[in-house]
Amino acid sequence: MKTHVTTSINDETVEFLCEPQQTLLHVLRNELGLTGTKEGCGSGDCGACSVTVNDRLVCSCLVLAVEADGAKIGTIEGVANSDKLHVIQEKYLEHAALQCGICTPGLIVSTKALLEENPNPTEAEARYFLAGNLCRCTGYDKIIKAVMDSAESLRQGA
Amino acid sequence: MAEMIYQSPKSIEEAVNLLAASSGSVNILAGGTDLIIQMQASIDAPRVIIDVKKIAEMTQAELTDDGLLLGPSMCCAELTAREDIKALFPGLVESAYLIGSSQVQGRASVGGNLCNSSPAADTVPALIALNASCQILGPAGERTVKAEDFVTGVGSNCLAEDEFLRCIEIPRPAPNSADAYLRFIPRTEMDIAVAGAAVSLTVKEGICSSARVAIGAVAPTALLVPEAAACLVGTDLGTADLNAAAAAATAAATPITDRRGTVEFRKHIVGVLTKRAASIAFQRAKGN
Repeated sequence: MKTHVTTSINDETVEFLCEPQQTLLHVLRNELGLTGTKEGCGSGDCGACSVTVNDRLVCSCLVLAVEADGAKIGTIEGVANSDKLHVIQEKYLEHAALQCGICTPGLIVSTKALLEENPNPTEAEARYFLAGNLCRCTGYDKIIKAVMDSAESLRQGA
Repeated sequence: MAEMIYQSPKSIEEAVNLLAASSGSVNILAGGTDLIIQMQASIDAPRVIIDVKKIAEMTQAELTDDGLLLGPSMCCAELTAREDIKALFPGLVESAYLIGSSQVQGRASVGGNLCNSSPAADTVPALIALNASCQILGPAGERTVKAEDFVTGVGSNCLAEDEFLRCIEIPRPAPNSADAYLRFIPRTEMDIAVAGAAVSLTVKEGICSSARVAIGAVAPTALLVPEAAACLVGTDLGTADLNAAAAAATAAATPITDRRGTVEFRKHIVGVLTKRAASIAFQRAKGN
């Protein structure tokens, strides 16, 4: 039986119908066309599907879509301000912190969550916070450089 | 995944009634970090999911004169950000901080960790060391079970089908008390305990006046080890006292060999963790 869900995604009210067993990841990608959120492992290990639910970072593969009713969802599509990239996105480009790009949306959503919670993280804090986002290409060094540079820019009011 | 019905009661009473009225396979949904994965792998008959996170009391925590009333479904990220709770129960908070990634901590909860009843659950030894009680609610009313008696085997616990974990109560520690939790994993983050140890103790005039020691991932359930605690009480946690506590923890452990560790390694390491957690708790208690 389909359930009617009313939610907010990137500050816009969105309504959808879903089966109770569908995950938020599935509905975002397959019903709402928000394909920026990626499916990696489907079991909460890789972080490719990272989104925020009520401003808290989660894996959307481990959230039922019905749970989104009345909640506030943030996805990678809401990070840029129309056609102006977010500082974090610019820094990921600048530091070449991506290769294949599958982990990138999840990493950017997580980086944003990190810097909102802790605007001045140490490198160790950033690495621990982002440990749930797996990248199989870059070796993480460029990612961490982009994160630390983003933090500095944001602190300077960029 | 099997077809299912999703319910999200807004009150405790509603949850009790829904649980009593649901037949067949019913699951309480807290953070879902275990349950949603299990559901996806399952080919069972239709099941009912009762999401308890829309019930305010289930996700809140209150510090009273008597101690902590922890809503079982409060996510670990919210718990670890609570400085007031961390000040009283640093070991419990560090156990919650070790569960999964930032994303997993945004959903996973202490109550879910208990109810999933994995032998390697990080928060369970911490709860046992803190002498926590589990308030359980069902159609017949309320009952209370000690944390060390809640989990009954690998993946099983004392909850009847129509009962759920309503609250976790942790008594307020005496002055100059502290706790600590340590686990061993082969990497630095995002892994499951090979062994874990939690110690909670009170210090009076430089001497440990009471202690509770619990070990995890080295038996079908986390264990309270009074023999290890007895080695600490009445001492200033000198080397010989710590070694005796370690030996008691090693003796109490009945682990298995699997791909994460052998019996011999787990028995040894749980002793080392017990010793180190006791030292950390002792230092913290002296500083309080």
